[in-house]
Amino acid sequence: MVECGRHLNIKLLTLTEVAELTGRAGDFTVTLTKKPRYVDMDKCIGCGVCAEKCPRKVDDEYNLGLAKRKAIYLKYSQTVPLKYAIDPVTCIYFKKGTCKACEKFCPSGAINLEDQEERFAIQVGAVVLATGFAPFNPGVFDTYGYGRYPGVVTSLEFERILSASGPFEGHVVRPKDKKEPEKIAWLQCVGSRDLKPGAHSYCSGVCCMYAIKQAVIAKEHAGADLDAAIFFMDMRTYGKDFDRYYQKAEHEAGVRFVRSRVHSLSPASPDSLDIRLEYVDDQGKLQEEIFDLVVLSIGLEASEQFRNLCQRLDVKLDGHGFTSTSSFAPVTASRPGVYVCGAAAGPKDIPYSVMEASAAAAAAAGELSPARFSLVSTKTYPPERDVSREEPRIGVFVCNCGINISGVVNVSEVAAHARSLPHVVYVEENLYTCSQDTQDKLTEVIREHGLNRVVVAACSPRTHEPLFQETMNNAGLNKYLFEMANIRNQDSWVHAQEPEIATRKAKDLVTMAVAKSALLNPLQEADLPITQTALVVGGGLAGMAAALNLAQQGYPVHLVEKTGVLGGNARQLLTTYRGEDVGAFLERLEARIFQEPRITVHRQASITGVDGFVGNFKTTIATGNGAAVIDHGVAVLATGAKEYKPTEYLYGQHPGVITQLEFDEMLRRRDPRLAQAQTMAFIQCVGSREDHRPYCSKVCCTHSVKGALELLEVDPGADIYVLYRDMRTYGDREDLYHQARNRGVIFNRYSRDKKPVVTAQGEKLRVEFRDHILARPLAVEVDLLILAAAIESHQDQSLAQMYRVPLDADGWFLEAHQKLRPVDFANDGVFLCGMAHYPKPLEESIAQAQAAAARAATVLSKGTVKAGGLVSRITPDFCCGCQICVNVCPYQAIAFHDSLGVAQVNEVLCKGCGACAAACPCEAPVLLGFNNRQLYAQIRSVLRSA
Amino acid sequence: MENIRFEPQILAFVCNWCAYGAADLAGVSRLQYPANVRLLRVMCSATVSPHHILRALQSGADGILVAG
Repeated sequence: MVECGRHLNIKLLTLTEVAELTGRAGDFTVTLTKKPRYVDMDKCIGCGVCAEKCPRKVDDEYNLGLAKRKAIYLKYSQTVPLKYAIDPVTCIYFKKGTCKACEKFCPSGAINLEDQEERFAIQVGAVVLATGFAPFNPGVFDTYGYGRYPGVVTSLEFERILSASGPFEGHVVRPKDKKEPEKIAWLQCVGSRDLKPGAHSYCSGVCCMYAIKQAVIAKEHAGADLDAAIFFMDMRTYGKDFDRYYQKAEHEAGVRFVRSRVHSLSPASPDSLDIRLEYVDDQGKLQEEIFDLVVLSIGLEASEQFRNLCQRLDVKLDGHGFTSTSSFAPVTASRPGVYVCGAAAGPKDIPYSVMEASAAAAAAAGELSPARFSLVSTKTYPPERDVSREEPRIGVFVCNCGINISGVVNVSEVAAHARSLPHVVYVEENLYTCSQDTQDKLTEVIREHGLNRVVVAACSPRTHEPLFQETMNNAGLNKYLFEMANIRNQDSWVHAQEPEIATRKAKDLVTMAVAKSALLNPLQEADLPITQTALVVGGGLAGMAAALNLAQQGYPVHLVEKTGVLGGNARQLLTTYRGEDVGAFLERLEARIFQEPRITVHRQASITGVDGFVGNFKTTIATGNGAAVIDHGVAVLATGAKEYKPTEYLYGQHPGVITQLEFDEMLRRRDPRLAQAQTMAFIQCVGSREDHRPYCSKVCCTHSVKGALELLEVDPGADIYVLYRDMRTYGDREDLYHQARNRGVIFNRYSRDKKPVVTAQGEKLRVEFRDHILARPLAVEVDLLILAAAIESHQDQSLAQMYRVPLDADGWFLEAHQKLRPVDFANDGVFLCGMAHYPKPLEESIAQAQAAAARAATVLSKGTVKAGGLVSRITPDFCCGCQICVNVCPYQAIAFHDSLGVAQVNEVLCKGCGACAAACPCEAPVLLGFNNRQLYAQIRSVLRSA
Repeated sequence: MENIRFEPQILAFVCNWCAYGAADLAGVSRLQYPANVRLLRVMCSATVSPHHILRALQSGADGILVAG
């Protein structure tokens, strides 16, 4: 968020709504209405005095009413932009015409009670909808007692209860009486998978995982004795590493999983807050249990506000109120030029929302590529002064921050102290050091007094260092000659009751900053040119989609495919879960790839060697025509996965046992055996969710349900059984599951320790399983048995090693961050997408491919990579050649130079963590900007001054 | 005998990306804590070596916190 708020080319329009969208893709006019904030954003310094003085307390919606806020408020403490706003609905001034406490106390005169709503228009080429979801309101049903029983909370409320920044600081209590619960129940599928009017038929897709997470964290916070029980129908932990988490929650954390249908909730006794839960267990027996707290795992829905917005934008919605998209263009809304990502296009979790966000950016960038850079702002600075031969001349600027610092810390005393420090030649106190006029003055003072180092004692470098560094640049000084002392966030704000001690601490912090400042050196940054070409490894659907998008964005692409044809596994798929024809789509995609002049396709090609790093890779490929070296700036790994060949259930031994892909092939060929078959069975989780493959293959439940429906199309009278462990038809795939059940497909659950038994009966097969409702064994004779075989990785160790990227325990490529960087690797310039990351359906592979293309384009579009700045540098004379640094570097930025016998840092890859400097026995690596001399000087200065 | 309460001097090495940000947030949230700690910002807690810790203890620190 901070990055977004600070980005030169992102303009944040808060409190703003879209009123109208006219024009067409590439040339839209968006009419916006901006509600009054009543606070001048340029003047507000986020100090919070207004909220402290505001006499009006109201429910805090961020904490879902579990805490109070004031009528002038920040939504939460990390808000971007960090500017207060007045809520006119509750503000006393707007009700009664008097009060104005905020205006009176605001130290920067930022309050503007005359602020008015504005209506204005902007010109854009594309629109991205990222409006999120609304939480389901369980109050619409009597059943759950929500709103009536204080012992019942929603999962979102519980999230705030668990949060360290929440109303109870992470202490697990029942909100009403602050009792520490001994037993908590989570009820799944509240408002989801429910056909009652007011609820939703679809699966919200995220609640199983968040309930497990909440149960595990609740036990961490409240202690292992807490009884945490999750009441569920099917456990839908279908994402990467989700099943492992589920297993750990059950077997290590001791979370109780109760497969059940909940019947009713009632108070345990008339005057008790405890809740009696009645439910039917998986044996069909009615049970009851008392809980201190019941958490409703509420689903995700499209709000009415969102539906109205889409109507204004002329964007079509699906039957559930989310935007309607095609599986082949998963982030493209019905109106050309409008894109959608996140829960606005259907319920989904964080990693997939992040992927879609990048994908929407890629899709928009593909359309707008001719206009790239036309509106971008860049800055120019005067040349830097050489200070290398000068004695340090340090200027110290001590900020009052209105009364934020000076209200606690004696700023004049701190300034006087600064004057006494070595090398300090100029000291000044400012009301607001960050204000524009002070910045201008600072530039002048630096010139006038010949300062060559600057220390600002104010707020945090994390928010303000870039601003002051820019001032350094404007004054002709290297930006690394700047240092901050954080005497607000880490002093006056946290020691408000101890002004003397806080003043002493402020002096110490200034002493440390000055000590370091005297030893600062100018650091150089260089822009190295890159090869603005991409290499995509894998010509399956994901690789094709990534290549096409990058080409549309204007970059040459090499698409490397090991076989003779493009398309990968998608070649064998018949339709998407929505019934769209995969074959026809592949043909169109392939034609576009071959027509696209920027794409070079290398078939029957394999990668034999990779040299270089981000911006300047050299990859050697071997084809039938010999070897070739390709220069490229980025690589996208899209090597896919494969269907497991089962050893279970007579596969390979009996012609009636086939896998899902073979079944799709039979459907495509209209194999006469399908029409002849009267009874068919599907067995789910064949090879998945086992000890040696402890993950869910994600696509098989939907595939089998879809297959069962296809079979009923062929013969409506066919008898079809689906034997499953948990039915994982997430999102609106659940509608297919409903449909299959309604049309007579028999779904029967089996457990991992009581698997179905298959025996050959001549041409037929006998399938024995245990019926969980009747609690007795059953056997059916089937003509065809379709196995939902696991999806396996290619375990491509050599490719992983060549691009220096990791594989996880299951052989999937491991991304840089599972939630927030789902298509990046820790190694810069290499990206991933498709099933090489984890099994996933086609629409998710395409979205991820577009996301990888977007991330790759962030490197390609710059044209250069930055080298230098805060990086490590190895002094060759000190290096003993032990290579400890090579091994500890998390970014693989250090290589050992064999002939020189020393380690060398690649300044493009180095992130400046300094791990090498700490690990080296000879102190050969120097972390520039944080070197040992500087750190020792800081340590000594502060401890001596005590 | 003069009765002076012992006040420890604590030096904290804090990672710029997490612990330093957390300390900033403690300020925004106005959480109050004892003022005996002096924060030293580093780019990663991995950069803190035993030498830094020993040097701090030699210079008179009573306690060291490495947060990252």
